[in-house]
Amino acid sequence: MNFLTALRKEWLEQRRTRRLLIVIIVFVAFGLSSPLMAKFMPEVMKSFPETAAIASMFPDPTAADAVGQYLKNMSQFGLLLAVLLSMGAVTNEKERGTAALMLTKPLPRGSFLAAKAVALLITFGVGVALAGLGGYYYTYVLFEPLPVGGWLALNGLLLAYIFVYVAITLLASTLARSQVAAGGIAFGLAILLSIFKAIPTTGKLIPAKLLDWGMQAALGNCETAWGALAVCLGLALAALLGAWLALRKQEL
Amino acid sequence: MSAIQAQELRKAFGPFVALDGLSLTVEPGAVFGFLGPNGAGKTTTIRILAGLARADAGQVSVAGVDLRADGHLLSRRVGYLPEEPAFYPWMSAVEFLDYVGRLYGQTPAERKARTTELLELTGLTEARKRRVGGYSRGMRQRLGLAQALYHRPEVLLLDEPVSALDPAGRKDVLGLIEGLRGNCTVFMSTHILADVERICDSVAVIDHGRLLAEGRRDELIERYAAPALRVEAAVSAAEAFAAWAAGLSALPWVSAVNLDGLTATVQVTDLPLAQRELLRLAVAADLTLERYELVKPTLEDVFLRIVA
Repeated sequence: MNFLTALRKEWLEQRRTRRLLIVIIVFVAFGLSSPLMAKFMPEVMKSFPETAAIASMFPDPTAADAVGQYLKNMSQFGLLLAVLLSMGAVTNEKERGTAALMLTKPLPRGSFLAAKAVALLITFGVGVALAGLGGYYYTYVLFEPLPVGGWLALNGLLLAYIFVYVAITLLASTLARSQVAAGGIAFGLAILLSIFKAIPTTGKLIPAKLLDWGMQAALGNCETAWGALAVCLGLALAALLGAWLALRKQEL
Repeated sequence: MSAIQAQELRKAFGPFVALDGLSLTVEPGAVFGFLGPNGAGKTTTIRILAGLARADAGQVSVAGVDLRADGHLLSRRVGYLPEEPAFYPWMSAVEFLDYVGRLYGQTPAERKARTTELLELTGLTEARKRRVGGYSRGMRQRLGLAQALYHRPEVLLLDEPVSALDPAGRKDVLGLIEGLRGNCTVFMSTHILADVERICDSVAVIDHGRLLAEGRRDELIERYAAPALRVEAAVSAAEAFAAWAAGLSALPWVSAVNLDGLTATVQVTDLPLAQRELLRLAVAADLTLERYELVKPTLEDVFLRIVA
């Protein structure tokens, strides 16, 4: 009930507060620069006497290097932006008092929260889509054309990876009293998830595994990680469900 | 059926007891003043009535909605204005009210008409396209009132609705609230007693989370405010006047004497007797008087007497 009205407001907020613009600028910058860096970084290194010897030991860059660079940059900055842009989503509204005002209207707390999650998903979706277009074009120009389906899969998996952290941060934002605390909790959980990567049994199921799958898909390989995708989507849904249950009980 | 019915409400925040068995009844169509000193439990009560907080114990119904059973029905029947209303700073007043209208499921034509009407009513028409982030506190209070009235609620909960307004703005808003009498039940907390005296027909006084007094404004004044007579002496009689006033305290029909310079306010227990005797005593003492009058008790007298 009233989810679409709340989503309309959240989407307007993403644009008015320039969050969408920030995501687009950062993502497009890395989408375009990643293939460029993969292609020209060895050349740049060769031009300096101090690094020329090391650079000459590297093999010639390939499309795989461009994809790797793209994934590394986008996932790191994606995670950072996911936490920074989501950590105040609920705490700020509670602190300011807008949550108290709006939740006395016919706006269920679930719709209030879901609209924020979907608006952030759209924001990051637009950012990833534009970065993906730029990254694909430059990789095509500088290296070789990548399989379109695989490239789409890579970007879809990248978006799923980012959304896990959006959902976790929304949960933290609902539980915490300040946005700084929410950001701290979210980064703490991100570090915890990265620790699981070192454990063989859990390492196959953490969000970072989606990036490995995306890399293989973009290069035309068939290695999949459905288990990791299921765990990530489950994690995101559980975080949003937890946020909803917590918000339902909270006094404003 | 009462517009608001609260029974034995209890609410504690850790060791601090905000509401301690508060019960009150508000009749439909009334403009109800909810008075109490700071920390008395006014805002906690309003937050519970608005469905934003839950009582630890007790029962409450607002506009016929039992808050424990059907709290979700409350939003369509109740309007709420917090003490410091907050808005999205990037929105204009028109956009915010339009958003509220959308939440109430109104059509574009209905939203446009209602938004225009409320902006006019609250004096925000000129500032309607400015971002709310640049509004003064008084303008935010007016916009808060507009959003609370948007859906023509049965019960309007106002937490200190005029505290941020200048005298002219306060007069306008109080006039607006007064105009709602009969159409909508207004439950208004405030610490400005003159405002309550001006527009409220019923009043409750609370302190330490307990109801101290409740009733129609005039009944409360009659019940709690002690009748008083004010006597002002001429400067030439200052010394004798002070001694005379001090001696009044011993009389059986005098409950208190407050001497302020050349003016004595004498609170009495038997007004007809005091009206006969006081002037006679002044004449007998050979005092030269400037003024002798019956003091009309105010809500402030009631409040101070009850809370003290």
